[in-house]
Amino acid sequence: MSEYIKIKQGLNLQLMGEATKNVVMIPIPETFAIKPDDFISLSPKLLVKEGETLLSGSPLFYDKNNEKVQISSPVSGEVIEIRRGNKRAITEIRILADRTIKYLQFEKSNPNLLNKDAIIEKLLLSGIWPFIRQRPYGIIANPTDVPKSIFISAFDTNPLAPDYDFILANQKINFQTGLDALNKLTSGKIHLNIKANATISTTFIQAQNVQINKIAGPHPAGNIGTQIHHIDPINKGDIVWYINPQDVIIIGKLFNDGIFDAHRTIAVTGSQIKNPKYYSIPIGTAIKNLINDAGLKNGENRIISGSVLSGYQIPDNGYLGFYDSQITVIPEGNHFEFMGWLAPGFNKFSISRTFFSWLTPDKKHLLTTNTHGEERPFVMTGQYEKVFPMDIYPVQLLKSILIEDIDMMEKLGIYEVVEEDFALCELVCTSKIKSQEIIRQGLAMMRKEFG
Amino acid sequence: MKPLRKLLDNLKPNFEKGGKLERLYPAFDAFETFLFVPNHTTKSKGTHVRDAIDLKRTMILVVLCLVPCLLFGMWNVGYQHYQALGISNNTMTDNFIFGLSKVLPLIIVSYGAGLTTEFIFAIIRKHTINEGFLVTGMLIPLTMPVDVPLWMLAVATIFAVIIGKEVFGGTGMNILNPALTARAFLFFAYPTKMSGNEVWINTETEKGQTLVDAYSGATALGEAAAGHANKIPDITESFIGIIPGSVGETSTLACLIGAAILLYTGIGSWRIMSSVFIGGFLMALIFNLFGLNTLMQITPLHHLTLGGFAFGAVFMATDPVSAAQTNTGKYIYGFLIGMLAILFRVFNPAYPEGMMLAILFMNVMAPLIDHYVVAANINRRLKRVKPIQNRNE
Repeated sequence: MSEYIKIKQGLNLQLMGEATKNVVMIPIPETFAIKPDDFISLSPKLLVKEGETLLSGSPLFYDKNNEKVQISSPVSGEVIEIRRGNKRAITEIRILADRTIKYLQFEKSNPNLLNKDAIIEKLLLSGIWPFIRQRPYGIIANPTDVPKSIFISAFDTNPLAPDYDFILANQKINFQTGLDALNKLTSGKIHLNIKANATISTTFIQAQNVQINKIAGPHPAGNIGTQIHHIDPINKGDIVWYINPQDVIIIGKLFNDGIFDAHRTIAVTGSQIKNPKYYSIPIGTAIKNLINDAGLKNGENRIISGSVLSGYQIPDNGYLGFYDSQITVIPEGNHFEFMGWLAPGFNKFSISRTFFSWLTPDKKHLLTTNTHGEERPFVMTGQYEKVFPMDIYPVQLLKSILIEDIDMMEKLGIYEVVEEDFALCELVCTSKIKSQEIIRQGLAMMRKEFG
Repeated sequence: MKPLRKLLDNLKPNFEKGGKLERLYPAFDAFETFLFVPNHTTKSKGTHVRDAIDLKRTMILVVLCLVPCLLFGMWNVGYQHYQALGISNNTMTDNFIFGLSKVLPLIIVSYGAGLTTEFIFAIIRKHTINEGFLVTGMLIPLTMPVDVPLWMLAVATIFAVIIGKEVFGGTGMNILNPALTARAFLFFAYPTKMSGNEVWINTETEKGQTLVDAYSGATALGEAAAGHANKIPDITESFIGIIPGSVGETSTLACLIGAAILLYTGIGSWRIMSSVFIGGFLMALIFNLFGLNTLMQITPLHHLTLGGFAFGAVFMATDPVSAAQTNTGKYIYGFLIGMLAILFRVFNPAYPEGMMLAILFMNVMAPLIDHYVVAANINRRLKRVKPIQNRNE
């Protein structure tokens, strides 16, 4: 029982600065931080004070809306600063890390021998639960729900994204243990989605007790939203959970080794990085050491936690986002271009053939953050549909959000999408409409309406 | 370009909030962004890089696609003029220069009147000036008979910008195609200047010149409606466009060159374009089966090369704002335009050219088509739910 899905609409954005397949170990950076803003609609209640010492796996805060959900420290060390922003909302909990990480010990166990409640309890207690998220909304899963299925995308098609087949090549045992634990949580199946027509790591191919689906086609084939839509679509009231394959390993280690080992392999990429490569480092790392090690080119740069399509900007002394396995650095584009809209544009990226760059379709691009034009109302049609592989009318959905028509949003499929599903629409839009922002507003409206 | 940039940077504070000329900001902005693609960057959250295309690029490309029609139209104006006068020893350049002298004023008036209106509206309503008029301003003269009085053209253009576009909220919000709104306005307000046999060819005579005896001045469709089957230009002539008609519409060949660029660059909708031609072809084929009058007897391919059919299909029906917006809707929208255009032609002897009315009518119907296409999508989504409900039972 394996499905083969071919994604026809989409686009692989070819960028310069792909990480070479080489994982570098560097000393643990001095500081780490957890940013509550990484968790949509979570309202943090602190469990630590400045100056407190922690082990990896010690709780930092819990969610006031769902008190069982807690977020733990990814490293051992001392809480050095609790940063607050507007209205004293916590923006960062900074931890000064020990040189060698000490772990809070949990019981080692075989998930196959535990019941569902014991597994949930263990995941909640260790702070690993927040890795499991749900659709609709892309928020942390509610432990009292039973999802109709769990999705794991074993490949990331975002520009310059890390290659999971490479970074998880020797993690078969932990991965399987993680899958075994997750298997107890759903009434349906685990869908492990791999890239079609490619060499796939045995970690994924030999996974047991899951349905392995092959997905072919360009980005967003690797997006969880695309996969759910084609394999087990979400209707009103449905809940599907999803988790990143690297985090399945973290679950596996919890059961096999009894620790919260927050190490992930992350890719430091982008045209402004001299030697793009991979690093193995715990979650929430300060990015400075990584970027310095990989080499940063001169100029005004934008550092993005995540990919250029749906990541967010962080300062150069900032921290990697909780769910991100990628840092992308590209040049800022805050400069004017004389008659740029008339130029032949041999080097310009466009999905249309309006610039002469269509002569070199396979060329890797160096893109800046320039918007290449002012924002306009919707004028062109059919553009989003070329890169949006769902049976959903993207423009109509966006318009229903703009007029705040909840009923229409529901009918047009808002439950099936989150911001990242509209990233390509935003990329190709002639009118420079900020689709992801609109979708975010729409999802916020829905959560407010239905809780 | 540094000095120019510096000049703009120096002037800019006057137009920004609190500046002396704050109210004129949209005008300054239009000028500045015309010269320089702005230094705007993407927000800190969202897609960090963007496609290089913007509306300016899109619109200028459509204008470029209109150039073959424009150039051919200029030549044809001169050619038809000298033909009517019975002068045959003139060169291609003579034809073209005569056409240029007639068509250029139309273009200047159209852009002048339209852009002035746009600027005034942008300043009053404090929105940025949209690029849409770059295309509209070129389309309007191309759909006019060459001898349309300039004041009439100006009035029609202003009418199109205000009633066709601005009252709905500007570019992107309009229901009707603005260029066709201008044409329809003149057609109904001043029918003697927009139809009949007198308007299509410039017949000014200088001293010593006279019209040839057999001169009629009627368009191919006019001749067909009058039942003069023998006077209809053959398909080669009408395909190349050596026939009387509105300035830019006569050459199907020139339209197809434009269409090729529009489709290759991905700006024009192949769904709409192809379905208009298919719709028109099928309707003409159906009429052929009856063949009751001259218009019904014209072969399908011939029909598609006459009047404004090709021009409308390539440049008017594909206007993304006033067309159907869903991909499925586009097929229906285009197909019906093609059918209706031929239907109007054949059944309305007073006005044998139906393309304008067909497109305007379908502009009005487009939201309805989209409504049903989207409703079908909603139903599909609702149908998915059923098996799950059964599971729970």
